[in-house]
Amino acid sequence: MGYFLETLTTGLFAGLMYGLVAIGFVLIYKASGVFNFAQGAMVFLAALTFVTLTERGTSFWIAFAITCGVMIATAVAIEALVLRPLRNRDPLTLFMATLGLSFVIEGATQFFLGTDVHMLDIGIDDIATDFGGILISQFDIVASLIVIGLVVVLAIVFSKTRMGISLRAVADDTLAAQSIGIRLPQIWRIVWSVAGIVALVAGLLWGARQGVQYSLSLITLKALPVLIIGGFSSIPGAIVGGLIVGAAESLADIYIGPLVGGSVSTWFAYILAVAFLLVRPAGLFGDRAIERV
Amino acid sequence: MSVSNNVLAEAAAISSKSNLRILAVIAGLLVLFVAVPLGASDYWLSSIIIPTLVMGLAGISLNLLMGYAGLVSLGSAAFMSIGAFSAYNLILRAPFLPLPVVLLVSGLVAAAAGVVFGLPALRIKGFYLGASTLGAQFFFEWVFSNFTWFSNDSQSLTISAPRLAFLGWDLQSPAGRYLLAISVTTALIGLAFLIVKSRLGREWMAIRDMDTAASVIGIRIARRKLQAYAISSFFLGVTGVLWGFAYLGTSDAHTFNLDKSFQVLFIVLIGGTATIFGNFLGAAFIVLTPILLDRIVLAANLSFLGDQGALTNLQRVIFGVIIILILIKEPDGLAALIRRATTAIGKWKRGAT
Repeated sequence: MGYFLETLTTGLFAGLMYGLVAIGFVLIYKASGVFNFAQGAMVFLAALTFVTLTERGTSFWIAFAITCGVMIATAVAIEALVLRPLRNRDPLTLFMATLGLSFVIEGATQFFLGTDVHMLDIGIDDIATDFGGILISQFDIVASLIVIGLVVVLAIVFSKTRMGISLRAVADDTLAAQSIGIRLPQIWRIVWSVAGIVALVAGLLWGARQGVQYSLSLITLKALPVLIIGGFSSIPGAIVGGLIVGAAESLADIYIGPLVGGSVSTWFAYILAVAFLLVRPAGLFGDRAIERV
Repeated sequence: MSVSNNVLAEAAAISSKSNLRILAVIAGLLVLFVAVPLGASDYWLSSIIIPTLVMGLAGISLNLLMGYAGLVSLGSAAFMSIGAFSAYNLILRAPFLPLPVVLLVSGLVAAAAGVVFGLPALRIKGFYLGASTLGAQFFFEWVFSNFTWFSNDSQSLTISAPRLAFLGWDLQSPAGRYLLAISVTTALIGLAFLIVKSRLGREWMAIRDMDTAASVIGIRIARRKLQAYAISSFFLGVTGVLWGFAYLGTSDAHTFNLDKSFQVLFIVLIGGTATIFGNFLGAAFIVLTPILLDRIVLAANLSFLGDQGALTNLQRVIFGVIIILILIKEPDGLAALIRRATTAIGKWKRGAT
């Protein structure tokens, strides 16, 4: 039982981190209807920029601020060079463009900052603490507090601020939002910047766990099942979806993996997501029913 | 009398026109089957022409599904791997089967898998299908690298090209492998044309354009969608055999990874959706761009920029930029570009005479 609970909690914490990556997708999907494949590349870019700065002696918060600046500059460039010329095009074209974008970001990041694996220490110890017989890492607890804090901040921003309300208007009805004077390019720049900063937080937490390296950008592939289960346009959905995927993956690896002779975590989340889709096509928190035939 | 003369003259004109077309096709086939293998060097055959042909065929496979039936797939490479591993095992375990039968059966195995992973398309639509097809992608990569039976328990999990032969002809040389690839490609292009022009193809397009209307006029949508997955996967399976054995020689599960699936997707979008020949333009782009970038870097002596790794990353950037540029500038793909160019030339010629 203890082993089961420990596997479950490990999975839930990993899932929270998946959720964090998925939030970046949700933001961009809400504002521009794009499934942004480059989100993983943005996580990689942010983490590598940050770690390069701190390794050269920059203090944590200055490196954080500079990296935020880099992510905002990236967002502005993406809006001007990719999104604006491609507006009103079908979702698949936009998806392909973000695939191309991920090549550009990954290639440029490694071209300028190198391909070495960096260790990242963000000052939180990875020490296991005993909670009623279950060992939980301090790092996991702090990381989840950070994720929860971020979600709360985003929720407040979206419900209370003018920017957040404009964003929801755009998500609801792009044409109507434009006709009352909401400037779409500006919304896109802001949303991609926020997604960039979310990517930075994700990059720091993931990077501290598994080192900063190219494989960070593959997190994108974990986010898709999370989004399908949680719904593409819901931030709480991203978190809940993340928790479900994380827990299911970790349990499946332990309890199903040995039966079939190998780690099943590469594909299990996708099969789970398809099973979910068959039952609930819009995801748990999805707000738009998919048209049925 | 004069009327029948007119009719005869017209008939003669028509038949001379269709004669011309038949002649053009025969000339084209002669070039492809005789001139190319005789004239092209081994390097051109093995490194440029064969991969372009095979990737073009992969593009056609996905285009049948995406361009004509309007269904999404992000896991094309999975079905290619099923084809390759099936062919390997068929030749290994049933050596008496002739090559065409092996190709056919491998395609059918891939088609069966395509139907299974296409089943969710009956309930879900659009981009969400990406989940099921990505599931196929990761699932089969896992199957072929975890279960060693499929690679005959080889230590490296690789499968090597069996001796390719047909009716006593040895097809191991570059020209032989080219002839194998071009024969299969020609046959499958013919099949693709028949399918697209048939009732099935028209019903796919009706479903793609408006599925509700299609179901109202009595098109059996579920069956048609599954057929689209089956046929597309059949094509991909055969393509996978060619990629594994006629082009690479050896391959393993990771030869057919997500990158390969994305390449096939790029070919469709770059070449143009719902075209057959556009796929070869897209494939040529995918095959030639890295080679050209390499050459440019060598010629311009840009190696001061860094080591090989840095150059690979630079190529990644340039490739990404080119893809975005094509998506922005040429929404209908290179096929539309060529079409416009030929119309323009036609107009210019008519204006000149």
